[in-house]
Amino acid sequence: MRTFYGTTLSHPLMLGTAQYPSPAILAQAFKESGAGVATVSLRREGAGGEGQSFWKLISDLGVPVLPNTAGCHTVKEAVTTAHMAREVFDTKWIKLELIGHTDSLQPDVFGLVEAAKILAEDGFEVFPYTTEDLIVGERLLAAGCEVLMPWGAPIGSGRGLANPYALRAMRSEFPDVPLVIDAGIGLPSHAAQAMEMGYDAVLLNTAVARAGNPVAMAKAMAMAVEAGKLGYEADPIEARDMAEASTPVIGKAFLT
Amino acid sequence: MKIILNGEAQDLAGPNLAEALEQAGLTGRFATALNEAFVPSHMRAQTLLKDGDRIEALSPMQGG
Repeated sequence: MRTFYGTTLSHPLMLGTAQYPSPAILAQAFKESGAGVATVSLRREGAGGEGQSFWKLISDLGVPVLPNTAGCHTVKEAVTTAHMAREVFDTKWIKLELIGHTDSLQPDVFGLVEAAKILAEDGFEVFPYTTEDLIVGERLLAAGCEVLMPWGAPIGSGRGLANPYALRAMRSEFPDVPLVIDAGIGLPSHAAQAMEMGYDAVLLNTAVARAGNPVAMAKAMAMAVEAGKLGYEADPIEARDMAEASTPVIGKAFLT
Repeated sequence: MKIILNGEAQDLAGPNLAEALEQAGLTGRFATALNEAFVPSHMRAQTLLKDGDRIEALSPMQGG
């Protein structure tokens, strides 16, 4: 059983907390899905003290919190944000996001490795949002990361797993490393597909928060993740090109 | 002195970061950076401010 820096998740669905129609729906989505991790961020405090009420809501969820460095474009910015997040959320976990491309929000993998090294040396437990590139994965592990989080597709796109071949290769290349598909999930079937490949968790936000019924979608995602995981563990059959009759031929009546 | 707090100019007496934040009415759970450098909460009282300093005070917020 692969753990996340020694922590076993209560459920392999990691759920974001942004973009929900209301805080009550956010809380209900977590309750109904049983999601095992809540991702959060840091922003300037508004006049209404929204940050403090949000903190209360998150604390009440009772799941580990994974703060992110969303929106950071430089190593320095990401490292500073990580330090601030560690103090506010009182956790060593950090979802390291270092954006390199504005339209696709593709990670800047060069800066990512550099920032990961700085943070790991400083005692952080880094969850790097990366691509499916195997060499970048190796460098991140060498930098001190014990988890890798390749993207399924661009953040918020809902396109599912854009490159299943490479994601399978990544699973095969790093058999002992906890791997999370982070971003790009749109449908429960996408989440199930990730888990069927042997991934350890799926991290998603928009697909649930922007669905017409976020609570129902959160539950659907949780069930899909569980089904995919169980399917992987059950050792599925190999696909084949030609039919193979499942009903026995022996004993069939001779009728013409 | 003039301090830029979360992007907005404010006239705060200071003289240190902890007192300036209190003067600005900030309470609760937040982390601070001064001129883009993280300042841990236990260092705020001994971090002196000067005119034109930029403070970021960040709180828990929704994220993906």
